[in-house]
Amino acid sequence: MDVTTIAWTVLLLPLIVAVSILLGLKRWSGLASLVSTGSAFITLFLCIRLAGGGDDLEAASFSWINMGDALQIDIGLVLDDLSRGMMLIVTSIGFLVHLFSLAYMKDDAGKSRYFAGLSLFMFSMTGIVLADNFIMMFIFWELVGVSSYILIGHWFEKDSAADAAKKAFLTNRIGDFGFMIGILLVWTLTGSIYFNEIAAAVGGVENAKLLNIAVFCVFCGAIGKSAQLPLHVWLPDAMEGPTPVSALIHAATMVAAGVFMLARVTFLVESAEMAATVIAWIGAITALVAALMALQQNDIKRILAYSTLSQLGYMIMAQGVHHGSDAGMFHLYTHAFFKALLFLGSGAVIYACHHEQDIWKMGGLRKKMPITFITFAIGTAALIAVPFTSGFWSKEAILEAAHHEHLWGPYTLAIIVAFLTPFYMTRLVIVAFFGKNRSDNADHAKEVGPIMWVPLALLAFMAVFSAYDFLTGPLMANGHADIGHLIGHFGLTATLSLTGLVVGVSAAIYFYKGKDKDPISIPAFADRFYIDEIYEKLIAIFQDGASKVCDLLDRYFIDPIVARFPAMTAMTTGSILRIFQMGNVQTYAFMFSIAVVALIVFLIS
Amino acid sequence: MESALTLDHFLIVSGFLFAIGLAGVLVRRNIIVIFMCLELMLSAANLTLVAFSRFNVHEGQPSYEGHVLLFFIITVAAAEVAVGLAIIVALYRSRETTDVGKLNTMKN
Repeated sequence: MDVTTIAWTVLLLPLIVAVSILLGLKRWSGLASLVSTGSAFITLFLCIRLAGGGDDLEAASFSWINMGDALQIDIGLVLDDLSRGMMLIVTSIGFLVHLFSLAYMKDDAGKSRYFAGLSLFMFSMTGIVLADNFIMMFIFWELVGVSSYILIGHWFEKDSAADAAKKAFLTNRIGDFGFMIGILLVWTLTGSIYFNEIAAAVGGVENAKLLNIAVFCVFCGAIGKSAQLPLHVWLPDAMEGPTPVSALIHAATMVAAGVFMLARVTFLVESAEMAATVIAWIGAITALVAALMALQQNDIKRILAYSTLSQLGYMIMAQGVHHGSDAGMFHLYTHAFFKALLFLGSGAVIYACHHEQDIWKMGGLRKKMPITFITFAIGTAALIAVPFTSGFWSKEAILEAAHHEHLWGPYTLAIIVAFLTPFYMTRLVIVAFFGKNRSDNADHAKEVGPIMWVPLALLAFMAVFSAYDFLTGPLMANGHADIGHLIGHFGLTATLSLTGLVVGVSAAIYFYKGKDKDPISIPAFADRFYIDEIYEKLIAIFQDGASKVCDLLDRYFIDPIVARFPAMTAMTTGSILRIFQMGNVQTYAFMFSIAVVALIVFLIS
Repeated sequence: MESALTLDHFLIVSGFLFAIGLAGVLVRRNIIVIFMCLELMLSAANLTLVAFSRFNVHEGQPSYEGHVLLFFIITVAAAEVAVGLAIIVALYRSRETTDVGKLNTMKN
């Protein structure tokens, strides 16, 4: 197969699988799950072949909308280092999550629907990664939103899941609206929607102010999809979905789509200085706020969700830093593996504890689930940036980039996060895996089967080694572990983040070792700074206001003028005309003759 | 003989016939009589047609085109009468009256 065929196969195979499951295979759920997993394996295999190298390719496209010179939209694929690397992340984690789901969703009633959703997601995500223009990216951007909606709401009979799905979809709407305006603005400014043409034309844009606004609007899409402040509220709620979905969509790939999109249009971001600064600040603030919220959560998946938010903040911050885009993608790449690992690990824990998610009701799982514990600990080590794990290198790269550009504000916030992350992750590990069993469910927990722990082991391997040259080379990541550079330039950043690691871990051990309930209570953090409540109030106020206005309009404008006035006119006219319709044939004939006579007289005279 | 009867005589007769027919249509109550009066009005119109044709003398010869047309009109009128009578019969069967004063259910 040549490269073009492979690329199209990678894109379309999951779609075919999703459609065939929905149309036919639904009844045989076992077969459906195997077909879906098989397709994930095939796409992974093909992506490894693609990653083998080759030139950048604007793969064959077909015309979708053609309106002459005014507008021409193609569905085309682009293969370069960025998309090849991202495709490998998506397909490899996608495959492992499919595998894990085989066990995790074994007895679920909606198993075929679930796997159809996963395949649909794989299709949509591939579309985003391979898109060569903004419109196509936007289409698939919406498609991942739909598949995310379907999968969050998989257990839709639970109100909380249905609400979370709705919340995720609607919150994303706000960001996507900005994204759409941004695309239109960029199109107006540069006259093109193709990334390569925009890159060529962006230097000639004279209206710098509008360009900044355009870039910020495009960034709004990333705010929604990558759950940055102030649209972050949907991501923690999205944990209502099955845990493998959280690992794939809400930790490793879809939420990173915003980062990927910004990396795809780095040339735009770098040409708009103001917008770039805003991006860096929003990323840093999100990282800090989410880390603070994570300190006081008790649900294992929510802690991970907030840490995802925090890490996404890092990546977004890197996108706003001049020359920081590669560092951001590097972190995306390492984070995808260790965060997927942590989520699948938490899935294994939840599965073993009979769907218990409160860490204070676990405890002592270290002895009952040794493999899960070890892999989870490795993932945690990568997340809190223990030296020589993958997370360490990528986080250093981001901090170095911010340091290098003298962005002191975001840099300071990011350093504070480097103190907080080890604290809350160590808290999670100590409370859930050490100490004694604090509930019957935890008491009865036992190690999960090989279909579950094999993906964990593979991901654990990646979590440690994905930053090193022998993996970054073929995986096309935009950075790599450089031990010589680290030792040679051991400076402020490395010192601070290592201090943060030591302080955070020891503080967590000091506070949480052997505790049965949380010794620290900070309601503002636990209640997520009341942001959800504030939104709820605001929405209620706006909704009430809007409905009041509508009510007044309806009562005093539409009802009397638009509805009643024409009705009255028609009725009056009708009742006048009725007088002449007495229903007597001869009267009609009489009137008719008089009219004829009158007409004749009129014509003759 | 020819000179005694002019076009005016014919037109006056047909005018009277038409007026009688119209009066009948307007004042009579029985729908059958109204129908017959309608036919009378049609005959008046026919008479006018024939008269105009007969007195349309061209190069010493009268035109007979009106007479030919008349046969067609009478034929069509016969068909029309058949339909009209059928409607009246059907109406009588359903309403048991031929009084147009009582056939006013189209009102309202």
